[in-house]
Amino acid sequence: MRLNKNESINLINDSDLLKLGKMADDIRRHKFSNITTFIIDRNINYTNICQNECDFCAFFRRKNQKSAYLLSHDEIIEKVHEAVEAGATQVMIQGGLNPELGLDYYETMLRLIKKQFNITIHSFTATEIQYFASREGISILETLKRLKAAGLDSLPGGGAEILVDEVRKKISPKKISSYDWLNVMKVAHDIGMKSTATMVIGFGETMEQRIEHMEKIRNLQDETGGFRAFIMWSFQPGNTKLGGEKVSSWDYMKTLALSRIYLDNIEHIQGSWVTQGERIGQLTLGFGADDLGSIMLEENVVRAAGTAYEMSIQKMVDLIKNTGNIPAQRDTEYNILKTF
Amino acid sequence: MFGTFTEIERKIINDKRLSREDGIKLFSCNELSWLGALADYVRKKKCGDIVYYNVNCHVNLTNICTSLCKFCAFGREENAKGAYAMSVDEVIAVVEDAMNDPNMSGLHIVSGLHPSWTFEKYLEIISILHKKFPNLYIKGFTGVEITHFAKISGKPIKNVLFELKEAGLQAIAGGGAEILSDRVRNLLCPKKATATEWLEVAEVAHSIGIKTNASMLYGHIETLEERVDHLIKLRDLQDKTGGFQTFIPFPFLPKNTVLGKEVKQTSMWDDLRTMAISRLMLDNFKNIKAYWVMLTVPVAQVALNFGANDIDGTIHKETILHDAGATSPRSLKEDEIIKIIHDIGRVPAACDCNFNILRLIN
Ligand code: SF4
Ligand code: SF4
Repeated sequence: MRLNKNESINLINDSDLLKLGKMADDIRRHKFSNITTFIIDRNINYTNICQNECDFCAFFRRKNQKSAYLLSHDEIIEKVHEAVEAGATQVMIQGGLNPELGLDYYETMLRLIKKQFNITIHSFTATEIQYFASREGISILETLKRLKAAGLDSLPGGGAEILVDEVRKKISPKKISSYDWLNVMKVAHDIGMKSTATMVIGFGETMEQRIEHMEKIRNLQDETGGFRAFIMWSFQPGNTKLGGEKVSSWDYMKTLALSRIYLDNIEHIQGSWVTQGERIGQLTLGFGADDLGSIMLEENVVRAAGTAYEMSIQKMVDLIKNTGNIPAQRDTEYNILKTF
Repeated sequence: MFGTFTEIERKIINDKRLSREDGIKLFSCNELSWLGALADYVRKKKCGDIVYYNVNCHVNLTNICTSLCKFCAFGREENAKGAYAMSVDEVIAVVEDAMNDPNMSGLHIVSGLHPSWTFEKYLEIISILHKKFPNLYIKGFTGVEITHFAKISGKPIKNVLFELKEAGLQAIAGGGAEILSDRVRNLLCPKKATATEWLEVAEVAHSIGIKTNASMLYGHIETLEERVDHLIKLRDLQDKTGGFQTFIPFPFLPKNTVLGKEVKQTSMWDDLRTMAISRLMLDNFKNIKAYWVMLTVPVAQVALNFGANDIDGTIHKETILHDAGATSPRSLKEDEIIKIIHDIGRVPAACDCNFNILRLIN
């Protein structure tokens, strides 16, 4: 039975963490039994020059700042090469909104990678796609078609933050609106490109606004079926202009459990060890998550905000085994490649 | 397999005691939220929404220790690097510093087993502290230290405890229980109080009206059965005396210990199930503590939903576990503790070492 907004507000107000957790865990168990997945991938941040300058971002630099950088195609290829050597099946290439780069920079990058490597390219956030399109003066559809033709396989769901414009205006007035974020996803899904969806909590939003976010994602999913997974992060207040307090683990897990219950049409719910640390990350597996995301070889955005957790395959395998589940490496499409 | 779990659930709802087999079964259960929900149910029924904490100061008189337990990163030999033994004046200075906090209410004193200090020396420290700071409660010494005092003074445990009580000691700390199994103790800490001796100190203390705490150090070489047996030993004694106030599960922190190379740190999953199972097995304990120093603050907060109703204190400056690589802060401010508790909709209560409520924060 599908929950509506009011029902879920009531559910979250009336139930304690464990009741929600148990409901979410039952759904997870029913769908995936005792298999818990992860992926090996590399995050490549091609540039940190960004004209958006969002308040909550600790990663961006202005062009003339000392630590500003832009990777050449050769450097990117080298990083992909390292990733392949290390056993990665996916690269996630993301960067700032750099006014000096035309769409051909990305198309060439994608072609060069695909020419040399058999690796899934799961790259560019909706914010970037929208920016590429407007800089190039073409439609989102055209942009995505060209990137797809050049080798882009799927879109990561970053940049969704909270899909309520009231909240977005406060945190990143220059970032795309919730309508635009959803639109990029819809267009991508329409041309057969899958994506994930994310939510970042901890900007001072209310529980109602979180649920509204989930509602928007659920509605689009009803229409397109293009979201493979839902990933929840918590905002990392270190080093950012927005500052503030980190959400408590309790709050994180409660919302995560609700997302498993609410998002009945999204298959995979990913718990985050990147923003929560491995200890809480492990715990999400008892509160609805069936996947722990990636063993990332590089995560500049998160690291710049002062959270630097490291994860190796062995650590990930132990972490999952300790919960009584079977660890399994997956690919971007959630096919299981290997169990441990 | 789920039949047994339904059976266990029924026992809990009907206030029936869990058996050793039930305890072992629970450790095989992977449904963490189910376990937590049961423990939380029992906690709520027994203790309501109050969460106890202390505004306290830890004092570790010396880290020189004759026992050199394999799981300890704090104790060391007299001539080892970083070895210290405080003078009475130094102890007073630490407490005076802590007294800058107007809400400071008590001391927690535990230390190494110093090779040449006499029992009189410890007595003197307690009595001076008690005279100088009459408003502070003094909780101190573990069953291991009390056993040591009896040995070095040649006095019966009862007399040792009586003299300490006279000097101003109000409660005995819960440490030193480790795992109450001779197998484990022979391997890890053969030189200190045996399981029987540790339990004897608690029993004698209770018999002369001194309350004590209990603990379990888990996640090293013990088996899950040994954890359950440990809990049952405590439960049996509690049936007899009722003198245990709180139970503290301590996850073993391997860093800087002799065992560090062989043993990995427990996972949060293990910490939370152990918390929940402790609450479920120890049906005659009122309080279960989520010791934030070892668990870390976020885990301790979650643990309050897994059966715990006590989160320890502000501590002032923790040393023993930070020697073992604890990553939590060395102390917490009182308002941080209050916030942790308020955030999950519970009621913080500052208490003394005997769980008398000093201030209720609504
Ligand atoms: S969050 Fe993205 S768009 Fe905003 S400043 Fe950072 S890199 Fe730029
Ligand atoms: S645990 Fe206690 S008795 Fe053992 S070495 Fe450490 S201080 Fe000494």
